Amino acid sequence: MNPALLLIADSRLPAGGHAHSGGVERAVASGAVHDVPSLSRFLRGRLHTAGALAAALTSAAALQASCTPISPAPDTTEAGTRDVTEAPPATEGGAEGGDDRESPWVRLDDEVDARTAAPAQREASRTQGRLLLRVARRVWPSSVLDELARTVPDPHHPIALGVAAHAAGATPEEAALAAAYHAISGPATAAVRLLGLDPVAVHALLAAFTPDLTAVAAQAHFAATSAYPAPHLAPRWEALPAYSAPALDLLAEQHAQAEIRLFVS
Amino acid sequence: MPSPPTGPTGSIALPEPAGGDVRTGERAGRGTADGGLGRRRAMRAHAAVATSLSVDGRTVVGRLASAPPLTLRQTGPYTVHLVSTAAGPLGGDRLALDVDVAPRTTLELGSVASTLVLPGEGESEMLITARVGAGATLRFTPEPTVLAAGCRHRLIVRLALEPDASVLWREEIVFGRYGEEPGRCHARFDATCAGRPLIRQEFTVGDPALDTSPAVFGAARCVGTTFLTATAKEALVADGVAVLPLAASGTLVSALAGDAVELRSRLKWGEKAASVDGDDCVAYGGRTGGPGIQ
Repeated sequence: MNPALLLIADSRLPAGGHAHSGGVERAVASGAVHDVPSLSRFLRGRLHTAGALAAALTSAAALQASCTPISPAPDTTEAGTRDVTEAPPATEGGAEGGDDRESPWVRLDDEVDARTAAPAQREASRTQGRLLLRVARRVWPSSVLDELARTVPDPHHPIALGVAAHAAGATPEEAALAAAYHAISGPATAAVRLLGLDPVAVHALLAAFTPDLTAVAAQAHFAATSAYPAPHLAPRWEALPAYSAPALDLLAEQHAQAEIRLFVS
Repeated sequence: MPSPPTGPTGSIALPEPAGGDVRTGERAGRGTADGGLGRRRAMRAHAAVATSLSVDGRTVVGRLASAPPLTLRQTGPYTVHLVSTAAGPLGGDRLALDVDVAPRTTLELGSVASTLVLPGEGESEMLITARVGAGATLRFTPEPTVLAAGCRHRLIVRLALEPDASVLWREEIVFGRYGEEPGRCHARFDATCAGRPLIRQEFTVGDPALDTSPAVFGAARCVGTTFLTATAKEALVADGVAVLPLAASGTLVSALAGDAVELRSRLKWGEKAASVDGDDCVAYGGRTGGPGIQ
């Protein structure tokens, strides 16, 4: 395993992940999650739906990054330190928009959009993606991160995670593992804070999920490589998994409309 | 997808891999093999419905190809109902339905009864492929699919829209008959407009470790979605139902409920909310103002 994966998966990476509960806060408010066993059921469901989806999309993004020919960006020397907000605006049919529309990153981002029905989840994903992209460009400067920032300034989180993992030297399967872990580690620690659960008991829960994490990452990587088996073939991202979790969609929208919130999502 | 050949009875034969027993037309019954020892053969059926535009601009249901158990009956000028003429699907059955709505025509497709998916040998499959032309209207509102204990089912929907198509597509899944644990079902729904993805979704019912997760179905016994081309102005949420404006365009109404009646009322609330906010009238039964299918 590439040690950089530890940095990417670490909750202390200053990319804003701690501000999101992945639906746990609303599930706690409704009483659906109230102790360690109910948290365990929540996390298992989240891992095998939203987590498996994020893992497949992250692996796809890492694969796309590893297959993307390096094209020199206009201002590569500056790009590493430039703030993302200064990147040119996205693809709204501007003078150079016609080209970006065909960008593999726009295509992949469209596929993430289509798999994220809830607007609140799309917003949470793009917020986390934008922050991670900004951090990753400074920590692991690379032309592929610059190209992503140029064509999709606020990418969905799995895309930012996959490309960041690639820039850090991790494989697509390792990137999928980081995505799967991210899908449950944030909600688990959020539940500790919201319910005052025993943090050791919750970490034992996470430890018990490690075989599931391995399996989810392996399946995600298999799905991504099946959709994009070789660099000279056009990726068939439409064939990627599209796992949904109806309760998570409801929780996300209920949370977005709640008046009192500790977490953003 | 090329049009399958049309048989003399108006039924169509789906080219199937070896071992498939292609049954079409009125003869396609629930056969038993092995000299009536009770071991049934899996059914292969491919039905189709297509509209065309008459010279005076009205919708004509130009093609109605039944293949039992998928029997289609025209019940109105542009209304067609699926009438089940055999039990099932049962495990091993592979059913396909093609829906073609020509540009500027209208089709309402419903069913007279719910579909009860039963166990059998292997996995059953229902594949629905729908193409909706520019300016056409499709309203797809069948009765729910009920997953009987022990079933293994795949439900695949591919919906390809042209620009300005107007669609309401409802899907309801009930977890088993009353008091029954559901069998397994994997459902996948893909809708594209001019090749661009609008919504892609899949879920699995019948995995005990996941079904009751507060992140997946929680305490619900039914799950349903309605896809509309109308785009709701904003996301809405009520008890067990959310109206979700999609990123590209269109709306997904997503609902969970304790029973089929509650599910239907939650979906219809969401459909109405999405259509009132949006720019679409298909939720009210099409442009001509005729009564919709419930």
